[in-house]
Amino acid sequence: MEEGFFAAFLVVIAFACLIIAGKTYDQVMAFHTAIGSLAAAAGAFIIFRNYFEDRVPAPQEIGGKPNYNLGPIKFGAWAAVFWGVAGFTVGLIIALQLAYPVLNFDLPWTSFGRLRPLHTSAVIFAFGGNVLIATSFYVVQRTSRARMPGSIAPWFVILGYNLFIVIAGTGYLLGATQSKEYAEPEWYADLWLTIVWVAYLLVFLGTLWKRKEPHIYVANWFYLAFIITIAMLHIINNLTVPVSVFGTKSYILWAGVQDAMVQWWYGHNAVGFFLTAGFLAIMYYFVPKRAERPVYSYRLSIVHFWALIFLYIWAGPHHLHYTALPQWASTLGATFSIILWMPSWGGMINGLMTLSGAWDKLRTDPVLRMMVVSIAFYGMSTFEGPLMSLRSVNSLSHYTDWTIGHVHSGALGWVGYISFGALYCLIPWLWNKKEVYSLKLVNWHFWISTIGIVLYICAMWVSGIMQGLMWRAYDAMGFLEYSFIETVEAMHPFYVIRALGGALFVAGSLIMAYNLWMTVRHGEAEEAEALPAGAMAPAE
Amino acid sequence: MSIWKKHEIFEKHSLVLVIGILIVVSIGGLVEIAPLFYLKSTIEKVEGMRPYTPLELAGRNIYIREGCYLCHSQMVRPMRDELERYGHFSLAAESMYDHPFQWGSKRTGPDLARVGGKYSDEWHRDHLADPRSVVPESIMPGYPFLLEAKVETRGIADHLKANVAVGVPYDEAQVSEAASDMLAQASPDSAAVDGFLERYPNAIVRDFDGNPSKVTEMDALVAYLQMLGTLVDFSIYDNKANLR
Repeated sequence: MEEGFFAAFLVVIAFACLIIAGKTYDQVMAFHTAIGSLAAAAGAFIIFRNYFEDRVPAPQEIGGKPNYNLGPIKFGAWAAVFWGVAGFTVGLIIALQLAYPVLNFDLPWTSFGRLRPLHTSAVIFAFGGNVLIATSFYVVQRTSRARMPGSIAPWFVILGYNLFIVIAGTGYLLGATQSKEYAEPEWYADLWLTIVWVAYLLVFLGTLWKRKEPHIYVANWFYLAFIITIAMLHIINNLTVPVSVFGTKSYILWAGVQDAMVQWWYGHNAVGFFLTAGFLAIMYYFVPKRAERPVYSYRLSIVHFWALIFLYIWAGPHHLHYTALPQWASTLGATFSIILWMPSWGGMINGLMTLSGAWDKLRTDPVLRMMVVSIAFYGMSTFEGPLMSLRSVNSLSHYTDWTIGHVHSGALGWVGYISFGALYCLIPWLWNKKEVYSLKLVNWHFWISTIGIVLYICAMWVSGIMQGLMWRAYDAMGFLEYSFIETVEAMHPFYVIRALGGALFVAGSLIMAYNLWMTVRHGEAEEAEALPAGAMAPAE
Repeated sequence: MSIWKKHEIFEKHSLVLVIGILIVVSIGGLVEIAPLFYLKSTIEKVEGMRPYTPLELAGRNIYIREGCYLCHSQMVRPMRDELERYGHFSLAAESMYDHPFQWGSKRTGPDLARVGGKYSDEWHRDHLADPRSVVPESIMPGYPFLLEAKVETRGIADHLKANVAVGVPYDEAQVSEAASDMLAQASPDSAAVDGFLERYPNAIVRDFDGNPSKVTEMDALVAYLQMLGTLVDFSIYDNKANLR
């Protein structure tokens, strides 16, 4: 049944892609449909082969214990490592391009404007997305004490998602973009992602429906809010009319001021639900697990959850202060951004205080330290965010590097570190190893990238505030003191420092990749299934 | 029964949780987005706004393709320094035909909302091909390949049709003559210019890239840049009539 459905679907996709590839004169479309056709055909072939070889479906339980489906998780974890290193490296390249513009090479596919979306999508959606899908599949199975439903669906989700990444990324390099920040992929990539996302929601819900625990664990609430809300945001922000099914280009349904509002409603909640709610789910599972302590407060997690998802969705228009967006909208956005500070810090407290009675582990366990520091960065950037959403502060900070610094304290510090912590936990668990290959290397990773983050965000604070002040500076005669290009020149030293910080962060991620690889190859094996199934009883 | 106990309904029924999440995350967006479509004060009443000519639209698509919006905003804020540096603050009406909007979020380079007419075509051509030849301290990438690439006329009518589908008021003649209009705008000596100017009365017709032998992507991009922010005549614009 499941095989038949997926096989038929993939065959249809393969033929549809083939027809478009044959008829289009748009080279990017031809390239992408060729990839799509090959991938769909390969998928269909594997399904047919497994069917005719009479593969026995994996049992739901072995010896009374759930037989968790780990294959797609293993793939997702390594995809995250790969895309992480790749995405950080592209970030380093574009940081260097801002310091040394000759590195743009005057070629279309190496210029900053095409590489920057590649960087943001690679780190947010490729790295972050794979971490989220892999950990959510792990957490939902463990906390439900049930195997994910289906044999093909989970693989379809993880492989289909990574296919979307490849289409999106190569599209940017070749010039296919709809220019909506963090939603750049064109209409056909968006359609494909929608299909994959629905499958993801169904696999996730299907696992919950099979659960043997009466309660749904708190991490799963956050994962569910992330999956549902991202679906809503993605669909509404990307409603578009293609010029032709044989071409990449489309025109978005919304125009001007309404498009700006929809875009930043999407954009800020890509932060709120992709980079926050999803990673808070990771916090709610991996921090208690690693610290071997229950979540600090069950009630706080309920308040945290509902308050966070209700308030976050309002915050978008704070990106549009003083623009042609009516002031009532941006004021509403700023107001809710300030209120949002409370649940953000409530969540931070819930995560940090989970270490009650286990604080000594920070000295001995660099993995736990990484996750705790990530929560501290979360607290810092969720304080800075409301501050920057105030009209008066925003009038200075908007359009400057301060925003870039703010994003990176959240992205490198919070999302990066909680993901690294999760990967350092997850990979030994998936391959039945006692511990990562070397805790010493984790320590090195931690310190090198922490220095990198500090260099990065300090450089951006200084350059951002400085540029904002230079733009509005007047001389004694009442003329603007600086021409625009003088403010660009003044940025150079800070762009160099920022690139240095980025290089350290990349170096740290390479250490992690090596360490995780050695964990799989040479890590000390766990004797038996030591983790008791369902150790994560729901709080209460 | 305490309120915490009541929360169990969400923890024990996944679909109740799904519906709860959907309701809670829908409210903010509905309140903030929906009114923008019916409050008349959202978009000012102005004279002069017209849809992009086919060449400008192609230029705009190149602007999007190359990711110019990542470093250049098109949104002048109502602050003293911005008004002096860039000109009149941007109106919502000025981007009413923009699918998608290009307000941007970062000024690594200056705002471009009113760049039209500020520099010569030659300056733009030299600057785009080799930014440091005219602004030595610039950190902008060079786009010399735009000088060589012929602008794509195939399917331009379909582009206008797609714009009509999302609400841009192109008329039938503008759609059917799109390909000829596209070339005419950059070919001042062509016979098609008269027809083009009938359809787009105030558009600029010039050989933007200084190369009469072909209509290039440089023509398109410069045509777009040279019209940015020039459609609304602010000497007759009444800001008070649009107070909101």
